[in-house]
Amino acid sequence: MNSLPKDSAPMITGKPTDLEAPFHRLIRDFTESKLAVGALVVFICIILVALLSPWISSQNPYDLAEIDILDGRLPPGSKGINGMTYLLGTDDQGRDMLSAMFYGLRISLGVGVVSGFVALTLGTLIGLAAAYLGGKTDDLLMRIVDLQLGFPSILIAMILLAVLGRGVDKMVCALVVTQWAYFARIVRGAALSERKKEYIEAAECLALSPSRITFRHLLPNCLPPLIVVGTVNVAHAIALEATLSFLGIGLPITEPSLGLLISNGYEYILSGRYWISFFPGVALFITIASINLVADQLREVLNPRLRT
Amino acid sequence: MTVFLIRRFMQSGVVLLAMSVLVFVGVYAIGDPIALLINPQATQSEIDLAIRNLGLDRPLWEQYIVFLIGALKGNLGDSFIHNVPALKLIFRRLPATLELVSLAMLMAVIIGIPLGMWAGLKAKSISSQTIMAGSILGFSLPSFWVGIMLVIVFSITLGLLPTSGRGETVNFLGVGVSFLTWDGIKHLILPVINLSLFPMALVIRLTRAGMQETLPLDFVKLARAKGLTTQRVILVHVLKNIMIPIVTVVGINFGGLLAFAVVTETVFAWPGMGKLIIDSINLLDRPVVVAYLLLTVLMFTIINLVVDIFYSVLDPRVRLGDRKE
Repeated sequence: MNSLPKDSAPMITGKPTDLEAPFHRLIRDFTESKLAVGALVVFICIILVALLSPWISSQNPYDLAEIDILDGRLPPGSKGINGMTYLLGTDDQGRDMLSAMFYGLRISLGVGVVSGFVALTLGTLIGLAAAYLGGKTDDLLMRIVDLQLGFPSILIAMILLAVLGRGVDKMVCALVVTQWAYFARIVRGAALSERKKEYIEAAECLALSPSRITFRHLLPNCLPPLIVVGTVNVAHAIALEATLSFLGIGLPITEPSLGLLISNGYEYILSGRYWISFFPGVALFITIASINLVADQLREVLNPRLRT
Repeated sequence: MTVFLIRRFMQSGVVLLAMSVLVFVGVYAIGDPIALLINPQATQSEIDLAIRNLGLDRPLWEQYIVFLIGALKGNLGDSFIHNVPALKLIFRRLPATLELVSLAMLMAVIIGIPLGMWAGLKAKSISSQTIMAGSILGFSLPSFWVGIMLVIVFSITLGLLPTSGRGETVNFLGVGVSFLTWDGIKHLILPVINLSLFPMALVIRLTRAGMQETLPLDFVKLARAKGLTTQRVILVHVLKNIMIPIVTVVGINFGGLLAFAVVTETVFAWPGMGKLIIDSINLLDRPVVVAYLLLTVLMFTIINLVVDIFYSVLDPRVRLGDRKE
């Protein structure tokens, strides 16, 4: 008996590498595309900028003591009256556009990621419930999903925001309502096809509780498509939030996301002061494009069946 | 088929009813109906009268019935700002939106199908990969952003095209249209391009997928073996077979474009109903908002219904599968 631990030692050390293998493979496959790696690096930089915005901005654009209205609408690179250089110019209130963009990025990303995460959780629970309970519950839930996906997300968000009014919480709420159905459908599909497999049968034979089978066995195997849809939906949420804020029915003026910055500068475009709208627009473009490129490569890596 | 139709009609009815409840509860229960539906400048006696007239002293379900009967009669209240029936206001703006959406869809199909066919035929070429990369951008970029870029490049930097408005309109079949005057066409170009990018990306991807699915099939080989020219095989035999999914998706997305026109109309100050709804939401002109939402939902339900019926005619498996359940 004493020799048993010694003999099984290679097995024990072998086990973690077996567990890590899929993750290593994921990274290796992902890095095959230079474009996707570049996009991921850009996206990580964007997240860092958003997180660190209060520390890396040259001014707090929403602290009235720090901005000077006399510096309003200065072109990029010009010097303000207090000696500060505005790299990307200033808006009509005299805010440094670069700082305003850093803060705006924080709000845009925050709203997109939070709503994506809530929608993912909600959609996953509903999708699993539909797949697990089946029958009438499944029919009803999927009817609702079909029904909702029949309407464009912008229309649903507009209905909700028209009823609820402006606000960050209301925007997150509207984005969650427009997104949960995608997650519910994809999780239900994945769960139904996984349920027929032998490892679930084996787990049922072990008389594990249904909740344990669902969350510990079924859910991890539904993750790959969920990750792909989740990434794409964060980009969608950011774009939709920017659109609704641009239309003036999204976030309030006190929470200036990128969409709101673009909207504020839009009236000045016609008089040639392009920078107030243009640079936040570029930031929005880079954010959405980088997330989509990452998502595209994840799709290739995680789900070869979806390859077109 | 009759059973399928009846069932489908009933489903649409249920959807409409559910949406009307949603909008009703949204406006009447969550918000304060007095503040929402009565002009804020009204005196106390006017408010009391309006409360009685609107039946706000009655229970909620009774109010809903009254609201529903009014809606069925086409009476969704008067606009606060313009003092005309909300529906009339929307219908006055409808032609401008329909013109924009129809032209955008037309352009998406006319440009999208050839590009998609090219990408399907020469999948490996650089031009095809450029087309596909462009279609990803068409999907993922927010359309208001593209609209602003179009304005910056073509209107401000190059000074070629106007930035906003509808231009000169002429009367055509009783409504004013822009596409028959030179000035109107100049105003149309940018908004139509802007609105058409999303459906164009969709059409490109669908056509390409259809091409790649259809080209290896036996009937294509047969057509080639018969000695037909490549042009004839592709433009007649293959194209006919890939049109069904394209027509369906174009139909479904026509409704989506009506909703998306809101964005394009705001960027280019196009005087359609999308611009009206945004203005109304911002001015708290709730009767117009309610009327617009219910009308759009109604249009959507009708479009989905027509597409479903059309599909079941083309593909009998849909209704046969339905019967089996």
